[in-house]
Amino acid sequence: MRPPLSKELWFSDDANVTETLRFKQWNGKERSIFFQPPSFYVSPEELITAENGGVSVLTGRKVVHLDVRENKVRLDDGTLISYDKCLIATGGTPRNLPAIERASEEVKKRTTLFRKVSDFRALEKLSSNIGSITIIGGGFLGSELACALGHRGQKSGLEVIQMFPESGNMGKILPEYLSHWTTDKVKSEGVNVLTDAVVKSVRYQNGKLHIQLKDGRQVQTDHIVAAVGLEPNTELAKSAGLELDGDFGGYRVNAELQARNNVWVAGDAACFYDIKLGRRRVEHHDHAVVSGRLAGENMTGAAKPYWHQSMFWSDLGPEVGYEAIGIVDSALPTVGVFAKATEKDTPKRASEETGTGIRSEHDGNEITESQSQAPESAPSVPAPAQQGESYGKGVVFYLRDNVVVGIVLWNVFNRMPIARKIIKDGEQHADLNEVAKLFNIHEE
Amino acid sequence: MSYCRQEGKDKIIFVTKEDHATPSNAELIADDPNDPYEDHGLVLPNGEINWNCPCLGGMASGPCGEQFKAAFSCFHYSQEEVKGSDCLDQFRAMQECMQKYPDLYPQEDEEEVSSKDKEGTELETEPPEASAADDQKSS
Repeated sequence: MRPPLSKELWFSDDANVTETLRFKQWNGKERSIFFQPPSFYVSPEELITAENGGVSVLTGRKVVHLDVRENKVRLDDGTLISYDKCLIATGGTPRNLPAIERASEEVKKRTTLFRKVSDFRALEKLSSNIGSITIIGGGFLGSELACALGHRGQKSGLEVIQMFPESGNMGKILPEYLSHWTTDKVKSEGVNVLTDAVVKSVRYQNGKLHIQLKDGRQVQTDHIVAAVGLEPNTELAKSAGLELDGDFGGYRVNAELQARNNVWVAGDAACFYDIKLGRRRVEHHDHAVVSGRLAGENMTGAAKPYWHQSMFWSDLGPEVGYEAIGIVDSALPTVGVFAKATEKDTPKRASEETGTGIRSEHDGNEITESQSQAPESAPSVPAPAQQGESYGKGVVFYLRDNVVVGIVLWNVFNRMPIARKIIKDGEQHADLNEVAKLFNIHEE
Repeated sequence: MSYCRQEGKDKIIFVTKEDHATPSNAELIADDPNDPYEDHGLVLPNGEINWNCPCLGGMASGPCGEQFKAAFSCFHYSQEEVKGSDCLDQFRAMQECMQKYPDLYPQEDEEEVSSKDKEGTELETEPPEASAADDQKSS
């Protein structure tokens, strides 16, 4: 799993964390970032003869051709492998900035496109050897890395700069007011955040990288981390004759994640039809789990549509943690319902109480519905922004055609089943403040 | 008392604890217990064991998945007076398999770890192997 590469691994007290890749979850329990230890898998040579079958992973080889008529794949060394059912889960490759692609080798070798274990190891090492790191990108990865590095920098003196074109962190996800508030929190983690920053060019001179922004601002730094999104790996489309989605990218599959008769696609590379929310492509850990499971079920005859919504989570420093489900796009109209937070409402607290650091795995609690008839509460009165207004804790609803299509639980934890239920219902609600009551946002 | 304001397309409502003290009048659609697409617990509506149940912690897959399923099914359907007493062969086969994979099926501290893990999870299950399953999930 990748989430710890930009989260927990940076906060480990184990000096050998880059080797062990084990991390202490907030509750103190340890786990590896790997899905299973090597002994889980059967070697490819033994797979055919294994009594009960098994899972084999062939590494160091690339599939270069997929023949959907003959049900065969060809590897880069010419080996042919036949299949009954094939799942494409090729993931994606990090994008780079055009300004860096145009730049010299000196710039490129001082740029990390953060995605893999080796990137984590390299950046971890760099962060204690150099004076300044600049993160370009204001999304999940960029903001999490900025906070992680900023946290370190407060002790080591490492200068951490984050820049992005939006006006605040997570600007494509969070409504503007919340995005701006989050940026203040990222700054308080020791990060020098430059908003509305579009990179024009990067050059290497006198031992420093010089980043020139379109509005004339200039930044000097030692190393760049570009976290500007992902390009789904779709090289097999051509040989297999698979359709790619022009809007979202990725292999276009139906609601059952099927591309062709014996071919399915899951994870980042799948552009699928969500029967509740329409066509989507999702790049999150829990989606990889949920869509991988669904594809597996369908490859063995389940014929189930995408139905169980995946979730995702992010933590930005000790005061901001959130979980989300559905379509959370800051271009949509939103309704946010907030309470004043107490010090207990932190991500750390949530993991301690549920006994798991992997939030998507404790998502099985029952919904407690409060259906009783209640008197109408007094309507809210419009008011200007007030002094000391704080977005410490709350729930944000994202609307499309007056229906809730996405929910962010902001410093509110363990309520995902309720959020999932509201999206599944797909009903219009006259008063979302009443819906917000279901989340008990004041409850400790 | 609550107040709200509008910032462009975004509405923001601030509420006190008292504002939200009254029960919600939002209406949710009652869940269909036979929804074929919905995730189920350990037992499917048709009475079969749901091997995808997260409560099994992935024990039904992996190198000893078949042995686990044989032992678990036997126990689940056992009619013996001492439930599962007719399943010794299946359990022995499962144990023998698991001993070959100490990484995947750690033997020590099982009781202590698994009892902690159960908190917050709804286990409608019975036997000791369910706690082994939980143990596996967290490792």
